[in-house]
Amino acid sequence: MMRPRRGRIWLFFYAVLYLAFLYLPVLFLPLFSFNDSAFIAFPLVGFTTKWYAQMLADSAMHQALWNSLKVGFAVALISTALGLLAAKALTRYRLPGGAAVLGFTSLPLFIPDIVLGISILILLNAVGMPLSLMSVVLGHVLICAPFAITVLMSRFDGFDRSLEEASLDLGENAWTTFWRITFPLVLPGIISSLLLTFIVSFDEFLIAYFLAGTDATLPIYIWGQLRFPYKLPVVLALGAVILIVSCVLVVIAEWVRGLGVDGKRPVGA
Amino acid sequence: MLVMLAAMAAPMALLAVYSFWTQEGLALDMHFTLDRYAEVFSRETYRELFYRSLYISSLVTVVTVLPAYPMAYFVAFHVPQRTKFVWLILLTIPFWTSYLLRVFAWKIILGYNGVINSGLMALGVIHQPFEFLLYNTTAVVVTLAHAWAAFAILPIYVSLEKIDRSLLEAASDLGDGPIRRFFRITLPLSLPGVIGAAVLIFVPTTGDYVTPTLVGGSDGVMIANVIEVQFAKIGNWPMGAALSIASMAAVGLITLLSVQAVRMAVARTR
Repeated sequence: MMRPRRGRIWLFFYAVLYLAFLYLPVLFLPLFSFNDSAFIAFPLVGFTTKWYAQMLADSAMHQALWNSLKVGFAVALISTALGLLAAKALTRYRLPGGAAVLGFTSLPLFIPDIVLGISILILLNAVGMPLSLMSVVLGHVLICAPFAITVLMSRFDGFDRSLEEASLDLGENAWTTFWRITFPLVLPGIISSLLLTFIVSFDEFLIAYFLAGTDATLPIYIWGQLRFPYKLPVVLALGAVILIVSCVLVVIAEWVRGLGVDGKRPVGA
Repeated sequence: MLVMLAAMAAPMALLAVYSFWTQEGLALDMHFTLDRYAEVFSRETYRELFYRSLYISSLVTVVTVLPAYPMAYFVAFHVPQRTKFVWLILLTIPFWTSYLLRVFAWKIILGYNGVINSGLMALGVIHQPFEFLLYNTTAVVVTLAHAWAAFAILPIYVSLEKIDRSLLEAASDLGDGPIRRFFRITLPLSLPGVIGAAVLIFVPTTGDYVTPTLVGGSDGVMIANVIEVQFAKIGNWPMGAALSIASMAAVGLITLLSVQAVRMAVARTR
């Protein structure tokens, strides 16, 4: 393994190319968002921040952003709470059919979003619930809960169960044990799950499109803008901001999630 | 847990029920009928859309999973432990960030006045913009392959990472060269990850809506576009429901058959 091999160098080149393929297309968004032209085309004309200024001045965008934030927070809290319960149940108790249950909760990953969207639409229509941001929250919790469960389960699996047992032996009850032992140890997983589910909900378009009724979330607002060519530069500016914020949140989430698990960095330090 | 199960199952059950009903103007005829399914199978446009959707997503699955394998292999076997974390984050960022924006990026790249055309024209390579870049099946395949890349890498990486390294040493000690060793140990052991990745891409891409709408044009229309039309524009919910159920059934069936075929093929080579 130590001596440099030719195959390894080729693989490294390949990996760099792959990353370029992954990231280059998306980098055109920030690039053209600073271009001083209404057309998204080469050659670049000049540097401007006017598209950002226009974006900030748009009140419909503010409303959509605010809607997305509300939905995102609600979805993050609900799906992480559900994920916490499910992850605890699945890792700590031998449930009959636990594997089947786990498989079933990851089903939304395998169902096309459009089918999820319309089936929830049908359900809400059948029970007579009007479409609103509430229904978007419902739809997003369905797709986010599996992510929360996965993130939290790896956290529950990662720590020593005897800590909980020791706490119980020393006279704490189940409730205080949870708050004093389990919760601090799982906390990085919880933070990570909150961030990731927030991003997934914040960026999700199709389910929200079917369920939002008249309240647009940010992706729905963007979708609406795509029809007008002269609005594209503003969409680019908005998209660039969203992408950068999402990236930062993902990096934080993944970093927090790794804390303490590899044993190198102590939890809570 | 039970609440979550119910939350998942109820909409699906209702969707199935709807597919057996009939839309009569604004009213719903709630008598059981298989007419919608008969229509799904008999209308030529629907059949063609099914074929095209399945064709596109199988193509996407292949062109996503094959290039992802060396990438996952590189991270699993050749990246030192310290930097592995960084590589993994780089590969997972697209997984979590806006799908809509990643597809939109391709629209501005492939467009008539887009990045490629205007770039080549500015360089003087071409004088007329290419018209074959956007609004066709290829554009859909390229965009989907890019958008779903992270979904392919992660399962393959996980299964490669799980392989017991002592098996590889044993194979080498017993005289296998690197290529033989790869085909006899590494590839078979990582196959669950490859299959997982393929399923994880094939199933949702068949029902993708955003990509065909933005970059597909009329040649790239897929089944999800018709489902959307039934629900949002025509208001024929039973028809849309039947199309959804039929497409999920077709996808499920094909997935099961091909996974089984791969398993049998692998079992035979042992």
